[in-house]
Amino acid sequence: MSNKIDAAIRLDNFQKRIQIAVWFVIVCMSLLFLRFFWLQVIMHKKYSTASESNRIAIITTPAQRGLILDRNGVVIANNMPSYSLEITPADINLPPSDLIDALDKVIRIPTRDKQQFLRTIQNSKKTENLPIRNFLSDEEVSRFYARRFEFQGVDVQVRYFREYPYQQLGSHLLGYTGKVSVKDKEKLLAELEEDSDVDTPNELKSIRIKGIQSVGKIGIEQSYEKNLRGIVGSNQVEITAGGRVIRNLSVTPSIPGSNLTLAVDIKLQFLLEQLYEKRRGAAVVIEVATGDVLAFVSMPTFNPNDFVDGIDFDLWKELNESPEKPLFNRPLRGTYPPGSTFKPFMALAALEGKFRTPSQAISDPGYFQFGNNLFRDDAKNGHGVVNMYSSIALSCDTYYYILAKDMGIDAIAKFMEKVGLGQLTGIDINGEVKGILPSKEWKRNYFKDPTKGKWIDGETISIGIGQGYNSYTILQLAQATAIVANNGKVMKPHLVKVIEDPITHEKILTVPSESRVLDLKPENIKTITDGMIGVNQVGTGQIPFAGVSYLVAGKTGTAQVFSLAGKDYNASQVSEFKRDHALYIGFAPADNPKYAMAIVVENAGFGATAAAPIVRKAFDYLMLNKWPGGILEWKNAH
Amino acid sequence: MEKRPLTKRIQFLWAGLDPNLSFILLALVVVGNITFLSASTGTVITWVEQLRNVMIAIVIMWFTSRVPVKWLEKASVWIYSIGLGLLIAVALFGLIKKGARRWLNIGIVIQPSEIMKIAMPMMLSWYFYKREENTKLWDFGIAFLFLLLPTILIARQPDLGTAILVFAAGFYVIILAGLPWKFILPFIGIGIIGILLIVIFGDTICAKGVTWPLLKTYQQHRVCTLLDPTTDPLGKGFHTIQSMIAIGSGGFWGKGWLKGTQTHLDFIPEKHTDFIFAVYSEEFGLVGNFILLILFLLLIQRGLKIAASAPNLYTRLLGGSVTLIFFTYAFVNMAMVSGLLPVVGVPLPFISYGGTALTTLGLGTGILMSIHRHRRLVQT
Repeated sequence: MSNKIDAAIRLDNFQKRIQIAVWFVIVCMSLLFLRFFWLQVIMHKKYSTASESNRIAIITTPAQRGLILDRNGVVIANNMPSYSLEITPADINLPPSDLIDALDKVIRIPTRDKQQFLRTIQNSKKTENLPIRNFLSDEEVSRFYARRFEFQGVDVQVRYFREYPYQQLGSHLLGYTGKVSVKDKEKLLAELEEDSDVDTPNELKSIRIKGIQSVGKIGIEQSYEKNLRGIVGSNQVEITAGGRVIRNLSVTPSIPGSNLTLAVDIKLQFLLEQLYEKRRGAAVVIEVATGDVLAFVSMPTFNPNDFVDGIDFDLWKELNESPEKPLFNRPLRGTYPPGSTFKPFMALAALEGKFRTPSQAISDPGYFQFGNNLFRDDAKNGHGVVNMYSSIALSCDTYYYILAKDMGIDAIAKFMEKVGLGQLTGIDINGEVKGILPSKEWKRNYFKDPTKGKWIDGETISIGIGQGYNSYTILQLAQATAIVANNGKVMKPHLVKVIEDPITHEKILTVPSESRVLDLKPENIKTITDGMIGVNQVGTGQIPFAGVSYLVAGKTGTAQVFSLAGKDYNASQVSEFKRDHALYIGFAPADNPKYAMAIVVENAGFGATAAAPIVRKAFDYLMLNKWPGGILEWKNAH
Repeated sequence: MEKRPLTKRIQFLWAGLDPNLSFILLALVVVGNITFLSASTGTVITWVEQLRNVMIAIVIMWFTSRVPVKWLEKASVWIYSIGLGLLIAVALFGLIKKGARRWLNIGIVIQPSEIMKIAMPMMLSWYFYKREENTKLWDFGIAFLFLLLPTILIARQPDLGTAILVFAAGFYVIILAGLPWKFILPFIGIGIIGILLIVIFGDTICAKGVTWPLLKTYQQHRVCTLLDPTTDPLGKGFHTIQSMIAIGSGGFWGKGWLKGTQTHLDFIPEKHTDFIFAVYSEEFGLVGNFILLILFLLLIQRGLKIAASAPNLYTRLLGGSVTLIFFTYAFVNMAMVSGLLPVVGVPLPFISYGGTALTTLGLGTGILMSIHRHRRLVQT
């Protein structure tokens, strides 16, 4: 009974408090209403005038993008002034669509550009100048000026565009810039979120982001975007209520982006790209002591200038669908079986793991039998008695079949991981792939199914000659070669050497000189180096390296793309894209290594005939500054 | 067998939703979307995204309205504990953005302080409900402990806006639960005296080189620019000055939809989120503002009515505090935009763009709907 009364009292109390809350709310809301009345009725005149004279708008001025220079100061990406036809929406007296149609009669405006413009105008400020056509010719400019009075709110402006003066040259390492897409915008805004700089007001930061007109899409242009970009400037201007600019109030100039000096020698790049002729492939040259990437070749190339103002759809389709895959960054993303170029690393692994001594020899009958399988050597009747030196120099398969069997897959994988095969090198452009370093663990993870994923001992045999599941990038092969040539010292490969502030001229090195060192015995490195010198003196590389005046250590390789299932290989009977890849790795001078190189020429046959001659010419250029005959000279590169 | 007409068959969709509350909410959302269309010009956010957020909020509201209040009551302690745990996790290893540690990555990035806006009133309502038969004075003390712990954690992130809202949510429960007036009045007294002191001695305490205890420098700046926005017209006072110009120049009838010059010349910062009221006010004038105030008043009146006829103390307290939180959102936001309060990050409920806030609002209105479903039947 008393409980019920209590409950009734409590409910009553609660409802009293609710009553009070209602009054509290009404008082607060009235207070707000009074405030609005004050602002909107009593002070309306004052604020109305303030809004009328509120004529400060901020117009952004783009920042000059940093230049990209090669290691010798040759400018390979710069900014070119160009005429743009621009519309200021606040000033026009026709509907935008009609205006563009009228303009089209004077200067051709593709429908695609028109549609894109009509979309942009929706999401832009009225005071902003929006380009409708870029890259006007002088003739188009004069034609427009003659009838300019007809088009209120339209003008010709000078804008700066990225230009790659050497066109296709080095396009895969440079990359390109392009218009800011919706995705790019999201990324830029995300960058704003991450920004920990609290001294700059957020409004200014977002103005700077809005003023960005193009961003690096791939290659160095993308990975060094933040350095190259600079800081967008802002002009405070006085405008009318309609948005027309009357005069400048204050100007914050833009700050140009940093200039990049590359490790790349663009002349060497030019030479190598020409040496490929019409063939496809990848080549990487590394300066051993520094990790400087001197050349980074991916053939065929494309013209990055086509992308700067948005690529034409048909051209994009053509590039994308071509079987030659010109947009594919081969040294970075293409993985190849290393073929016989794998042998020096196998030999070094055997020495380091004490599976072999240099003098230990086998007798090669021309094949190796494992269970029911016959693994054949290139030389039908075998190489006779083969020690480590001749196994490299003559490229004896049988020696490595047996070695692989003796070492076992995991011992091989452990060493190859150490020299960086199947690992990311950490080069300074995005999109690098790992390839495949075969091991028991890899196969288990790859196939998931425990029966399919079980390593079969027979699979180890062909791993020994760089076939089987082996699949590495040319960048990894070049890096592994450089590590061996550098006595085990690992330098991170890098395309950009120096970032230079254009105002203070302060220079920052991208890669510090310190780095890690692998524990490799000098005498073991000497043994395989001798074998690799032998390759070019008495072995598979002796013809392309005939008469060379410095010592070259190298190894040829021919990688099967297509399994012939025991049949004899006959290049003319196999379709082009299934022919063998020609490979070569090497360093020079062998007695004091400076340059390391790895190369693949796709579907070109033997490493000795297709790949080695290119390496010979590259080394001749680097060592002797010799330019081969029949190849365009650098002065004609433009 | 005769088929039931379609309207009968889909009746379950709105059965149990309070029609009055639904109608007010619909009106607010319509106003919000009309304003958003004007405010979003020149931003990358599209109306589709806003509509998507509204849809999500409606779905959340619908589902919450189906949840029996008994379940809510039982879940209270759990939700509060999880929320508190997440807040501690934020303090230990939260993500830092724009200088504040507010977010936590648990696969997706979440902002746990948002959970507290609902968890706090649930917890305190539950506590007083459990102590209903025998409420002692020290129960209020314990309630204050529950209240202060998360509030301090949030304030230290720092996120003063959310801390104030969470504190207010809990404080409403405590007042509605019957905290004696002798404890409430001093609070109000201190508040009034504090504000008066700041206004009177504004010049002295905002002089250069003076630093305040407890508050961060930027918070001090906000209070000082509020007192005199003209001291820093292009800096910290910019927001307030520009939004006041927008509201004031709107006048009695407003400049008309899509015709606000302040909005479309980009003078209003955060114009589709926290400052959207300035856009609305500029384009729809005092008349529009009056309508909006009435809509909010109706919303609050309806919510409090639902609370008053709720079945037990838990639902009464929860319904009352959730409603008053809506009021606090709306009041603080409009007062801030019109220059009565310093700039704190509080959105205008049902109008501002933003997924998180709409989610919380969907939950809140869903709870009110659920309480309404389980209302006390007429007493005999």
